[in-house]
Amino acid sequence: MMNRRVVAALVAAATASLALAACSSSGPASSNASGSGSSSGSKVTLTWWNNATNQPLLGVYTSAIKGFEASHPNVTITNVPIQNELLQDTKIPLALEGSNPPNIYQQWGGGVLGQQVTSGKVADITSEVASWIGSVSGASGWQSGGKQYGVPVDLHVVGFWYRKDIFTKVGITVPATLAQLESDDARLHAAGYAPIAVGSKDRWPDAFWWEYFALRDCPQATITSSIGSKSFGDACFSKASTDLAAFLKTSPFQAGFLGTSSQQGAGSSAGMVASGKAAMELQGDWDPSVMQGVSTNKDLPSQLGWFPFPQTPGSAGSQTAVLGGGDGFSCTGPQAQAQACAQFLQYLDSPAVQQQIVGPGASGEPVVASAASAIKLPATQTAAAYFKTAAYVQLYFDTALPTKPGQNLDTAIANYFSAPSTGTASSIANSAQTP
Amino acid sequence: MSQGTAIETGPGPAAAAAPAAAGPSRAPWWRGPRLRQNAEVTILLAPALVLFAGFVLIPIVIAAYYSFYNWSGYGPLNQPIGLRNYSFAFRDPAFIHAIEHTLIITVASVVIQGPLSIGLALLLNRKFIGRTFLRTVIFAPYVLPPAVTGVMWSLILQPNGFADQVLRALGLGGLVQLWLADPHIVLWTNFVVLTWQYLGFGIVLLLAGLQGIPAELTEAAAIDGAGPWQVTRRITLPLLAPTIRIWAFITVIGSLQVFDVVWILTEGGPAGSSGTIATYMYLNGVEATDFGFGAAIAVILFAFCFVFALVYQRFALRRDTRGALTRAVG
Repeated sequence: MMNRRVVAALVAAATASLALAACSSSGPASSNASGSGSSSGSKVTLTWWNNATNQPLLGVYTSAIKGFEASHPNVTITNVPIQNELLQDTKIPLALEGSNPPNIYQQWGGGVLGQQVTSGKVADITSEVASWIGSVSGASGWQSGGKQYGVPVDLHVVGFWYRKDIFTKVGITVPATLAQLESDDARLHAAGYAPIAVGSKDRWPDAFWWEYFALRDCPQATITSSIGSKSFGDACFSKASTDLAAFLKTSPFQAGFLGTSSQQGAGSSAGMVASGKAAMELQGDWDPSVMQGVSTNKDLPSQLGWFPFPQTPGSAGSQTAVLGGGDGFSCTGPQAQAQACAQFLQYLDSPAVQQQIVGPGASGEPVVASAASAIKLPATQTAAAYFKTAAYVQLYFDTALPTKPGQNLDTAIANYFSAPSTGTASSIANSAQTP
Repeated sequence: MSQGTAIETGPGPAAAAAPAAAGPSRAPWWRGPRLRQNAEVTILLAPALVLFAGFVLIPIVIAAYYSFYNWSGYGPLNQPIGLRNYSFAFRDPAFIHAIEHTLIITVASVVIQGPLSIGLALLLNRKFIGRTFLRTVIFAPYVLPPAVTGVMWSLILQPNGFADQVLRALGLGGLVQLWLADPHIVLWTNFVVLTWQYLGFGIVLLLAGLQGIPAELTEAAAIDGAGPWQVTRRITLPLLAPTIRIWAFITVIGSLQVFDVVWILTEGGPAGSSGTIATYMYLNGVEATDFGFGAAIAVILFAFCFVFALVYQRFALRRDTRGALTRAVG
């Protein structure tokens, strides 16, 4: 009896201390291995964090490392692919707070980059890239305070990825206007398909919807100034919310879309389009590769088509503006590492590697125009052609804003998706301003 | 004390005076019983104390310090904002909902998992064929990492997933819900998965407690004419009470901090309808890189756990732990 009590007391004591430890929860910064090397001839080891966890891009990045290492024998690059949300939301911020961030890390530019620069860990590579950055499109998105803190390796456009075979079977055509999209949805519904898949669990796919309505309803100047002032109080944004609510009322999405993730597994929104359960999805042009990663459908490349977000006539915004962004990389570490990193980024932006990234890698549009011909997927070719004619490219709002306001905006939009009301609409307007 | 003893046991006054002054009959200082005891205690406790201070006390103090700053995690701490993080948290409806959800899960864990664990433990304490197998089956979910549990159940519970198919096959298609997407249901979906994961732990703890109840007591009661219900009610449960109290303590602390399964299943969504204090902290502190705010939420959660732990130790566990956690008895 006594023994049991002692044991019980020990259990209690251990539990209490564990509870306290867990409660205090200040997460340790993740660290990574990186070598040293101060002069250009000595060995340099670089760790490369990116989100290419699936083929085909994984293979393209792996062979890019091999190609670079062959021409730079003193440099060794360790590839560390990390699941996208984990990489973007958790690993990178924590690593930049730690003392040993990855030497090359993926980065989407905009306000988030500006915030990361304040960590003092991101290398200013302006002089390293000066000789070649002029030929890279979209490079200004990876600047902060006029200095180059990163380099894009591909560009993205958000639009509808749809199943041509399902459209044909149901007898519908690509919609040019919102009204046509709604009537297509009704036909698809009647034929037993989920018209549109959306991964609302991740919140940012919801934001694409609201942001596209905002592009259609708001002049570009209003959007730029609102992102700058972190306030979406302009009447055109509440019109965007109202338009979105009206669209949501038509039940365009799959059953249970609020609990669906966008990229993880066959049950994700990408998986639903790949398996033919849903007919289309509003996503970035990384979507085809995500679909291939979560599906065994070998005919997918020929079944996929692309069309831009439909027009909403009579609105104050642009009918041909697109939402987009790009994947870029930033460098950290001492001079030798940053220099080798910049050389590697130059290699990634060389026409030959660019053709690999957008061709077999199927990762969006190239940053070097000449590589565009390498795009294999017909759907992505359509997207790339439209991308060139767009009135302007607006960076995803959550990336254009610093992290917290961007995340708050995504959360507010996701809440609006869950229950559209004037209350949730006004929290979208104020979301980016919360302290 | 020892000097007095030396005098009493000394051979005579003259002989006693000299030893008392020089102390040759006593052990040298490094062998003195008290010093040696102190040294032993110091050596044995020091590693644990260093670890406790380094990984528990100091992080708590640092988290409390961060919580008074507006700090994105990048760059130095240079924007003190007093209690603004705290006042903002308590004005945020999402945080108030997170507290409500956490309390619902905590109360439901004790009220629903408690009787269930006790009942199953009593059942599994009886001798029957396949008992070991059943015990293993029931304990197995607890051994799974919560991340695996989360991923597995998110597949089982997706629309038209395994759960829905089973219900339809049983002719219970009417019960099918959007388990992970309906804001009115999703908190309870999380609770069911948490129960699935942690029920085995309670049962094993209670089984261990049941092993400690002497068979003589129940046999004597049975001879005196007590029925099975009376034996359970009057003998088993009272003697099991210390284990139940410990189980409740562990369960409440665990429920207050619940994070992993909920995060993987729903990320606290849709629209925060299954958010707990810990998922709120992760979403608004870590993902939004607002570490000052996250630290404030951590401190609030710590305060909840700490106050509960103190109150529970004082009023419920005191008789079980007397002499071990309180001052020495006797």
